[in-house]
Amino acid sequence: MSYRVLHYINQFFAQIGGEEMAHVPPELREGFVGPGMALHTAWNGEAEIVKTVVCGDSYFAEHEKEAKAQILEWVKAEKPDLFIAGPAFNAGRYGYACANICQAVQEELGIPVLTGMYEENPGADLRTRVLMVSTANSAAGMRKAAPVMAKLALKLMRGEALGASCEDGYMNNGVRVNFFEKERGAKRAVDMLVNKLNGKPFTTEYPMPSFDRVPPNKAIQDLSKATIALCTSGGIVPKGNPDHIESSSASHYGEYHIAEIDHLTSDKYETAHGGYDPVYANQDPNRVLPVDVMREFEKAGKIGKLHDFFYTTVGNGTAVASAKGFAADYAKKLVAAGVDAVIMTST
Amino acid sequence: MVKEIERAGIPVVHMCTVTPISMTVGANRIVPTIAIPHPLGNPALSPEEEKTIRRKLVSRALEALSTEVEDQTIFEA
Repeated sequence: MSYRVLHYINQFFAQIGGEEMAHVPPELREGFVGPGMALHTAWNGEAEIVKTVVCGDSYFAEHEKEAKAQILEWVKAEKPDLFIAGPAFNAGRYGYACANICQAVQEELGIPVLTGMYEENPGADLRTRVLMVSTANSAAGMRKAAPVMAKLALKLMRGEALGASCEDGYMNNGVRVNFFEKERGAKRAVDMLVNKLNGKPFTTEYPMPSFDRVPPNKAIQDLSKATIALCTSGGIVPKGNPDHIESSSASHYGEYHIAEIDHLTSDKYETAHGGYDPVYANQDPNRVLPVDVMREFEKAGKIGKLHDFFYTTVGNGTAVASAKGFAADYAKKLVAAGVDAVIMTST
Repeated sequence: MVKEIERAGIPVVHMCTVTPISMTVGANRIVPTIAIPHPLGNPALSPEEEKTIRRKLVSRALEALSTEVEDQTIFEA
């Protein structure tokens, strides 16, 4: 008898649709769907996907409690040997959903779980709680990810001990295991030092944790005297996207003058973002960048001034290092212009 | 991006729908919004009702900016 697996995927990989269908609630299908086939084939009869849960990414993010309750009910009824989700690559909401539904299944039902995604995916924040395979940042990495996930899945179902994260392809989960190295510590340390001095690659055995937290700045004392800037990762740009900000993996940001503008109109502004359904933002861009209300508050004296420029990019699969660079750059301009506070909106 | 703005010395409030992601990226002042494709609007409402909601949310963000915080804080509506 083969092991029984339940698979979780999103609306895109189930070929229901893209962002315009991201609102669909979870549904349960028989057998494998989409990427499930690659896993199913790799298991060669030893395990099979008995059912597939399909859920819209926005639905999961916006109705997490309901989505989890429904999916847990299905998993409970099916009693699979493993619950597997994704892989989600660098799709933020999908990765978030995969990691969180896995955590719920593992903690509430005690069923082993596995997911896969790109290391910078926000869902990978749960790497110490949920076992996740490290994948490429786009679905082009499916061919590489599927065998790694399939192999790790079999280990979990057979109850075999896992190898180190670098051997079995999962993200470092912070679990340390005692074992005997071939070389003694002093020799390994000297080897590392020699490699470092020669500019050759070396791998530390004890990576330092990185806590990149910035403490909050002081609050604004008097809003009626403050200049406030609007920034967004929601891709609002002048119509026609004059600076060609990419719809995903943005390589730059835009700076646009709004001093004479009371509200953003659909004939002059739109969104360049490719990671959410653009219909609502294109109908009324103030739904993402609230220029209308800020201008109103400025006229009423509630705030001192709405800054003359807004800063925008597309936060869709954009590398953390790029986003960091964009904001570090425009933050200097904001400081130079005497801006007192920023409202950042995200989709 | 919020972290870089904060690092430059400017207080910043992050308005977004999926607040756990905002926590992960390290925003200190967070205001939850309506939905992913329309954080500051709701196409199901009349334009006037929609604007009322937007005023309320932006006011909440301004309150967040005028409130001292020690740590990451979510300002529920």
